[in-house]
Amino acid sequence: MCCQYILLLLLLGVSGGVSAVEVQRPRGVPLSKRQFYEEDKPFTCLDGSRNIPFDRVNDDYCDCQDGSDEPGTAACPNGSFHCTNAGFRPGFIPSSRINDGICDCCDTTDEYNSGAACQNTCRELGRKERESLQKMAEIAKEGFLLKQQLIQEAKRGLEDKKAKYADVQLSKNEFEKRVEALRTVKETAEQPEKEAKERHLKAWEGKLGCESISPSTVCTEHYITDSIVSLINIFLARLSCLDATYNSTAQKARDAFDEAERALREVDDQIKNLEKEISFDFGPTAEFAYLYSQCYELTSSEYIYRLCPFNRVSQKPKYGGSETNLGTWGQWAGPEDNPYSIMKYEHGTGCWQGPNRSTTIKLTCGKETVLTSTSEPSRCEYLMEFTSPAVCQEPSSLDSVLHEHEEL
Amino acid sequence: MAPVLVLWLAVCLSVTWAVDRGNFKTCDQSVRLLLELYRLQGNMTRVKINELKPLKPRYEVPDVLIREPPTDLSLLSQDENGVVLSLGAESQRVIVSARPFRLDIMEGRDVLMSLNSRGLLAFEHLRMQEEEKVEDGMWEETFKSHSDSKPNGPSAVSLDFSLPGVEHVYGIPEHADTLRLKTTDNGDPYRLYNLDVFQYELYNPMALYGAVPVMLAHNAQRTTGIFWLNAAETWVDISSNTAGKTVFGKMLDYVQGSSETPQTDVRWISESGIIDVFIMLGPTPNDVFSQYASLTGTQSFPPLAAVGYHQCRWNYNDQEDVTSVDAGFDEHDIPYDYIWLDIEHTDGKRYFTWDPHKFATPKEMLQGLMDKKRKMVAIVDPHIKVDSNYKIHNEIRSRGFYIKNKDGGDYEGWCWPGSAGYPDFTRADMREWWASMFAYDQYEGSMENLYTWNDMNEPSVFNGPEVTMHKDAVHGAWEHRDVHNLYGFYVQMATAEGLIQRSGGVERPFVLTRAFFAGSQRYGAVWTGDNAAEWEHLKISIPMCLSLGLVGISFCGADVGGFFKSPSTELLVRWYQTGAYQPFFRAHAHLDTPRREPWLFGPENTALIREAVRQRYALLPYWYQQFYHAHRTGQPIMRPLWVEYPQDPATFALDDEFLIGRDLLVHPVTEEGARGVTAYLPGKGEVWFDVQTFQKHNGAQNLYIPVTMSSIPVFQRGGSIIPKKIRVRRASSCMMHDPYTLYVALNPQRTAEGKLYIDDGHTFNYEKKEFIHRRLSFTNNILSSVNLAPDAQFTTQSWIERIVILGASKPSTVTLKTADGKESQLEFDFDASMSVLTLRKPGMNAGVDWNVMLQ
Repeated sequence: MCCQYILLLLLLGVSGGVSAVEVQRPRGVPLSKRQFYEEDKPFTCLDGSRNIPFDRVNDDYCDCQDGSDEPGTAACPNGSFHCTNAGFRPGFIPSSRINDGICDCCDTTDEYNSGAACQNTCRELGRKERESLQKMAEIAKEGFLLKQQLIQEAKRGLEDKKAKYADVQLSKNEFEKRVEALRTVKETAEQPEKEAKERHLKAWEGKLGCESISPSTVCTEHYITDSIVSLINIFLARLSCLDATYNSTAQKARDAFDEAERALREVDDQIKNLEKEISFDFGPTAEFAYLYSQCYELTSSEYIYRLCPFNRVSQKPKYGGSETNLGTWGQWAGPEDNPYSIMKYEHGTGCWQGPNRSTTIKLTCGKETVLTSTSEPSRCEYLMEFTSPAVCQEPSSLDSVLHEHEEL
Repeated sequence: MAPVLVLWLAVCLSVTWAVDRGNFKTCDQSVRLLLELYRLQGNMTRVKINELKPLKPRYEVPDVLIREPPTDLSLLSQDENGVVLSLGAESQRVIVSARPFRLDIMEGRDVLMSLNSRGLLAFEHLRMQEEEKVEDGMWEETFKSHSDSKPNGPSAVSLDFSLPGVEHVYGIPEHADTLRLKTTDNGDPYRLYNLDVFQYELYNPMALYGAVPVMLAHNAQRTTGIFWLNAAETWVDISSNTAGKTVFGKMLDYVQGSSETPQTDVRWISESGIIDVFIMLGPTPNDVFSQYASLTGTQSFPPLAAVGYHQCRWNYNDQEDVTSVDAGFDEHDIPYDYIWLDIEHTDGKRYFTWDPHKFATPKEMLQGLMDKKRKMVAIVDPHIKVDSNYKIHNEIRSRGFYIKNKDGGDYEGWCWPGSAGYPDFTRADMREWWASMFAYDQYEGSMENLYTWNDMNEPSVFNGPEVTMHKDAVHGAWEHRDVHNLYGFYVQMATAEGLIQRSGGVERPFVLTRAFFAGSQRYGAVWTGDNAAEWEHLKISIPMCLSLGLVGISFCGADVGGFFKSPSTELLVRWYQTGAYQPFFRAHAHLDTPRREPWLFGPENTALIREAVRQRYALLPYWYQQFYHAHRTGQPIMRPLWVEYPQDPATFALDDEFLIGRDLLVHPVTEEGARGVTAYLPGKGEVWFDVQTFQKHNGAQNLYIPVTMSSIPVFQRGGSIIPKKIRVRRASSCMMHDPYTLYVALNPQRTAEGKLYIDDGHTFNYEKKEFIHRRLSFTNNILSSVNLAPDAQFTTQSWIERIVILGASKPSTVTLKTADGKESQLEFDFDASMSVLTLRKPGMNAGVDWNVMLQ
């Protein structure tokens, strides 16, 4: 039953010469470490801590602190086992998974004494992986091309924006001048009106006598009476006469001024927006710029999720109800070597007894720009997956992965 | 079987009262009570008091006792005011006095316990409403917006117990309080009334989810117990003549010779039912455990996997989530056995169903776990959604299985599903039907690696008084008032029965419950309910589980990490380290908390948690053996130190450290930012070995142990042998055939003893003697393995890969002799600095006879 005394050799090829390769090594040892396991020589633990007779390698008892004497058994708590996995990718598993009744290596070599009925699935896995890598490579290739366009567009867009920014800066000067000019016009136009008003006001505040009203020069056709009531009527009538004349000029000047000021404000806003957009971190080559001011939706069984990149994420019940803010743009939050793979949106609507909602967006390479999945792993912390050509890497870097399982 | 002594208690019960309001009143007529006194085998006395002729029967708790206890008793002498009865061979007598009524249990000239010595026996006899002067609260009570119609009027019972010489009493869980019970003179008594308490407070006599009306009394000479068999709302008042005295005051008393004998007085009060009390006379702690076990049974023997680590969260959102958490454990090389699904896995909180979107293919998910030899627990609560499209509801309604309200309709309350009915689990036919619902063809999507969790079984009723059921709800002939504390017990009983039946009686069940009663130990595990991610909650998990262990419920744990709120990383790590050494080891978290799977806090903390969980798995052989022992004897697994050191008063109040079995002492780090802990190592003349460094420490001392974040202070008792499997794998069943390492810790007499128990880990075949039980002993420099169960049959592939002898001296040769007489020399390694002798690869099978001789 026990196999703890068995030294296992992996024989690939037959001595005598059909194959040129003969690889003898203890079970679980990768080719790269084969030279440390030489039969007929004492074995030195790979950490150098001690020497043991070679027959204690893979004898199902842990002698080395680093587990290196038992690469092919589960005896050491920290050992690792190398699966060759011909046809697929070679790899290491913790030695605690040797003979535990669960098939871990696709070539079944980890279950040599557990009775587990493992099937060699390496070829199948290899095929599938190649297929999927190929598919990914194709997507990456196309995506990468699209990305180049996006980069070009972004570059053009940026140049346009910069040009526009310069234009707008220039025109801002014009607008400012215009505002100043119109301010003068307005103030001039308002002068007679102002004076008239002041006069009338004085009159009104002073005695309510006819004499103060009679010098009227503009509306002489109005009849003057002694009655107070008539006086008031006349006063009002005069004012309206004043409106009719002064107003038309002053008002026009005022309108023109307001209009100019509004235009200036708009220009200011435009400048601010342009500045923001120009300085915004759209990735190393601005490949994410095309997402700016776009929105993408995904409908689940209950909700419609909406991602407006660099702006906000929201959720709306499918069958009516108000929208919930799942976070506004925070920052790029990917790992140091790939910061542009994750977006973080923060400070959304607060949760009952919980934090403010926030959303993490994971970006993966795709030909299309699509929101592909959404979940809420923790209460009020959302996770979405989003594909975009902008994250596609140069396909050449994938080739190495495709060729990796040629190691044998 | 007739009681040997029956007395009419014709005493007028001069006071009666309504239970939790203390409105005293006098009775105006004499009521005859019946006293039955039984001497039970195994040093116990049963005292039953009921009305001689009640207007209608009063509730007597069924199903908790595992059998009608056998009796023997003989009359020694008698006069007009009393009788003296022999309590067996141990010079023990019980003196029954009539006027005033009292019982005194004597051993020699010492009074061990007196009943009604304070005259607090009270019995609110049943009465007709019209013949009584009606007072407030007698025939109707209100609490907040709820009213209790009390159709039977007042019906409470009470009795007092005096414990001379006793300063320490324990038990009566569940309370979030110290191990040693406090006197309650200045506040509410301890309350036993199963309740779903939202964010419970600590160090408090308030009622919680479960109730075990068992109290232990201990002093250096003797341990006794009181089991008050009553399932109604119960209060326990404790007073002591030494409480409040300082150590100096006590010393002064001692020096002056003026000290009165310390005494603890206890009064039990229940709202309905009868007085039915079992006096367990010990005299040792283990005697009390076996006495209580002979009444209510022992801890169920769980499947080995259930002793491993459990990963829970409210909620794992969908199958994909389950798959990715499962993969996370493999990726981070952390073992676990069960992943749990809380209420969100169901189709609209309809138990026995699955959410059709999130858990569309449960069998596929379960198969995926099974492929990795892992298991799942899904929640099944006892509240049933009122929904005519729900099979379970329709069946219960059509069979008339729901609890009724006072007006005869089906009782409805609010719980997770909205409006819900509550099946009457006190009915045997209902329980049988419920059990049948766990059959694989009834519980769609279930498989043999799916187990069950019963939550909310106090029962929790969101819109009920104190978040539970109205006391005037009707269970057949009885009111909910009478049976309340039994409800959760029955729910778990029926569920465990269902899991047994679905496998044709082959497989051991695993069922976790939140509510419990005396006897619940027979049906599975309990946990301490909805705790919080706070250091104080980590600390209280120790006394809470110790108290449960003392009253038979060994399979206890607290939510690792804390249920409510979010733990700091330090707290989470410390909680894993503590939980790894408590019987039920499950992490759980509230829906509103951020995720906290062990690998989410950086590689350093992942490593710390991994190490704690691995220590648990390496010790599984020892844990499993403790469960077997608890199952056989009723002794607690996690025990207070005083249980093993009953004569050492320094241990009596310790509840920041504990023993697992006899041989491991654990003092977890439960202080934030701790640099060290001070552990009391008991036992004069004994030694303890640090299990990490193998350093030896003397017993009977307070030892300061410096700690870092990786420290879990654990000590092995000198004189013990502990088997471990140090090849930790991803789940317990993967370790089945792995070899053992024996840790032999020598005492100063250079001897040691331990046991090794092995079976298939999951079936009832151990009851058919299919197991290995061996005694390992080291004496005269020979370590040997002897069969403790020669009539048992089981074989194992496991072998002995290593023997580590702590406190050894260096031998010149080590010889292994196997049963066939063959001898061989073993290689060894001796570490002189720590006196540790390691025998390399002796290689013999773990199930056979052998000895190893050091020369």
